[in-house]
Amino acid sequence: MKKSKYSLLLTLVLVLSVFLAACSGGNNTDKKSDGAKTSNAAQEIKILSKSEIPTLDSVKTTDEIGFNVLNSINEGLYTQDKDGSSVPALVDGEPEVSEDGKTVTFKLIDAKWSNGDPVTAQDFVFAWQRAIDPATASEYGPYMMNGKIAGAQEITDAAVAKKDFDLNTLGIKAIDEKTLEVKFEKVLPYWKDLMAFPTFYPQNEKFVKEKGNAYASNAENLISNGAFKLAAWKGPTAMEWTLEKNDTYRDADAITLKKITFNVVKDNNAQVNAFEGGEADITDILSSDLVPQYQGDERMVSALQPSVYWIKMNYKNKALANVNIREALAKAFNKEDLAASILNNGSIAANYFVPDKFVTTPDGKDFREKNGDLIVFNADEAKAAWEKGLAELGLDKLELSYLGGDTDSAKKQDEYIVNQLETNLPGLKVNLESVPFAIRLDRAKAGNYDLLHSGWGPDYPDAMTFADLWLTDSPNNEMSYSSAKYDGLIKKAEEAAANPEEYVATLQEAERVFLAEDYGVAPTYQRADNILISPKVKGLVALPFGPNYSYKWITVEE
Amino acid sequence: MARYIIKRFIYMLITLFVIASLTFFLMKLIPGTPFSTAGKLSPEQLQIMKENYGLDQPVAVQYAQYIVGLLKGDLGISFQFNNVPVTQLLLERIQPSLVLGFQAIFFGTIIGIVLGVISALKQNTWIDYSSTFIAVLGKSIPNFVFAGVMQYYIGVKLGWLPVLFWKGWDYTIMPTIALAMFPIAITARFMRTEMIDVLGSDYITLAKAKGASSFEVAFKHGLRNALIPVITVLGPLTVSLMTGSLVIEQIFAIPGIGEQFVKAITVNDYSVIMGTTLLFSFMFVVIILIVDILYGVIDPRIRLSGGKK
Repeated sequence: MKKSKYSLLLTLVLVLSVFLAACSGGNNTDKKSDGAKTSNAAQEIKILSKSEIPTLDSVKTTDEIGFNVLNSINEGLYTQDKDGSSVPALVDGEPEVSEDGKTVTFKLIDAKWSNGDPVTAQDFVFAWQRAIDPATASEYGPYMMNGKIAGAQEITDAAVAKKDFDLNTLGIKAIDEKTLEVKFEKVLPYWKDLMAFPTFYPQNEKFVKEKGNAYASNAENLISNGAFKLAAWKGPTAMEWTLEKNDTYRDADAITLKKITFNVVKDNNAQVNAFEGGEADITDILSSDLVPQYQGDERMVSALQPSVYWIKMNYKNKALANVNIREALAKAFNKEDLAASILNNGSIAANYFVPDKFVTTPDGKDFREKNGDLIVFNADEAKAAWEKGLAELGLDKLELSYLGGDTDSAKKQDEYIVNQLETNLPGLKVNLESVPFAIRLDRAKAGNYDLLHSGWGPDYPDAMTFADLWLTDSPNNEMSYSSAKYDGLIKKAEEAAANPEEYVATLQEAERVFLAEDYGVAPTYQRADNILISPKVKGLVALPFGPNYSYKWITVEE
Repeated sequence: MARYIIKRFIYMLITLFVIASLTFFLMKLIPGTPFSTAGKLSPEQLQIMKENYGLDQPVAVQYAQYIVGLLKGDLGISFQFNNVPVTQLLLERIQPSLVLGFQAIFFGTIIGIVLGVISALKQNTWIDYSSTFIAVLGKSIPNFVFAGVMQYYIGVKLGWLPVLFWKGWDYTIMPTIALAMFPIAITARFMRTEMIDVLGSDYITLAKAKGASSFEVAFKHGLRNALIPVITVLGPLTVSLMTGSLVIEQIFAIPGIGEQFVKAITVNDYSVIMGTTLLFSFMFVVIILIVDILYGVIDPRIRLSGGKK
């Protein structure tokens, strides 16, 4: 039988052909990027990112890498300077503010899109209307505009109620090609910072409409008006992209850097290996287990972030509705140790909810300077309050659930905190549940927890972004906290917005009421982020809100 | 044979339909939304987002819509990648995984078979012991440990191979080695046991008596019969390697599908979860079919469609 003689060969051929059929066309990923050879003086750098860019449509971006890239390739009315303050970008000089402080009229400078079109007032109107339009399905559009830009909330409400609405009722109007009028819902002390946020960037109407659904889906379908332009990006699934200097940028002379290449590396150890192997000049944020090995190394740069974490205590639980029990829980764990030993990455203990080094009061001091530490670890006071609270409730022991994250770092933190609580508060039993983020979010929204470890990162540099979380009707309250006194103070602050001293003083009082009187949450820590950066790269700037880094002022030295 | 394959193909479609339905309802039990900023949005804003994507509809309606789309060949769009079609995403991401999986299974099997046969021929010698040692290492040390060690020493310290990324053939070497360790170990062990068994049988003694060389005996007469159990384990192993490895893809920054699948589940990217599950299931049933056909080819005693009537 001849057949059987060749059957083994046939087997192999069969197997091979299946594999090859499955692999056909699989080689087009194997080209690109041999031009990335760096000589010492070349003004080119390589940066690592932990994730792809989901979208570069400025009205739809919600993630940090998206904001970082947008901030590099686009500009709005204002932009964040080296010190994090918001300075004019497309605005010509000081705008005209109406007497009631709610209407601002901007004059625009002559700036150009990378396709040669001028940036006009209509570009802003178009982008903002697009951001609030329910059909766009933007998450940050309504989030950033509702309650801030006049008419925004009404459009959202009408859409939910399935009623007609008119996008022209949004508080933005092009008076002429270079004059823009914006109406705020109320006086916003932080409006310049808001205007620097990517959601409020302009978009070229003609270009966006021409591209339709393909707009911002890859480098060819995007135009920019910023310091850099997107030279290569195949779209949301791309794991590599390149920025090049934009020669038509308004301030092109100030930009030294010629080219930035980004690569996605999701594994933390691989990020470090890529950096050590010369494949990257700047890493993404290091996981906390890698930080200790670079302690004291000049290549690691640590930056305190304005993100604060806390334990939410659900008022639906009768025991947690008791202020003494809350005081006991809030004071019963050693946060200094948590920050120094467990986190060990430059994070600091938080005894507040408005972060340190985040907002400056009108007298030039930090917000924290006057309000200081509001809830400090104190085992004795915690125990005293605990016993008082239990007596009031008529209990001798208490069992609570504790909802935490499922990452290694979160588990370590939560185990430590639970252990501290159970040690310092006799009769307390805490059941730790470590769940994925989406589940934690779901249960938080549903109020289905006793204790919840969560945090907040701000979207504009003002204490209000933290203070309004605890309003009775805030969707982010999530713990049924409701205090007429606190609501009143926030309202008072909003009304006093035109008077910065009173505004800040009222918010500081509100923070004291919420923490030192009500023990509304138990603050745990304020986060620090660490990255590795090559010593020859100078001028990377960490920004306090929105994008987390700016690459504009980077220079490469010998 | 043709009738058998057509029958199997129909079963395959039914299997895929059942998998699609089960996955759909199980997936809808996962709490949360696919919107990354859900934590910040007010209920009204969340409502608008859900309406835009039809997620406010009852699950049964969503299921019907999905199945209708599926019949038209529409796998839906990804949430995490801003409305990129799932078909495009799968096609892009499966390629590196297929290349790596194929290389790992190809080299892994060949090396494993050779190691196994040599071990069997040189039973209880130092060669046998070292091959066993390699097999034990390959089976017991997780591949990400190999990957990490190689990346650091061969990539960073020695600079012999690219540390990571996916830009050419040399970039596939280290991930392939890491992935091939397991198939090498498995094949070598199975091969050795089977080969020892086969070499003791009468027809081998006959072949030897006829004066065939030991090479000829092992590879011409012994190998075919010893291959059957190996083929059985290789089927599922091939699928698991070709559907990508989360850790290896992350360590070497490879744009593969393994990492993609896990991410999709954690962020509730519904259409991607469905599309990937269906693709993997499809690959799995196809490989099982191929394995069944191969049995018949290797061992004439196995008949697929019953004897002649």
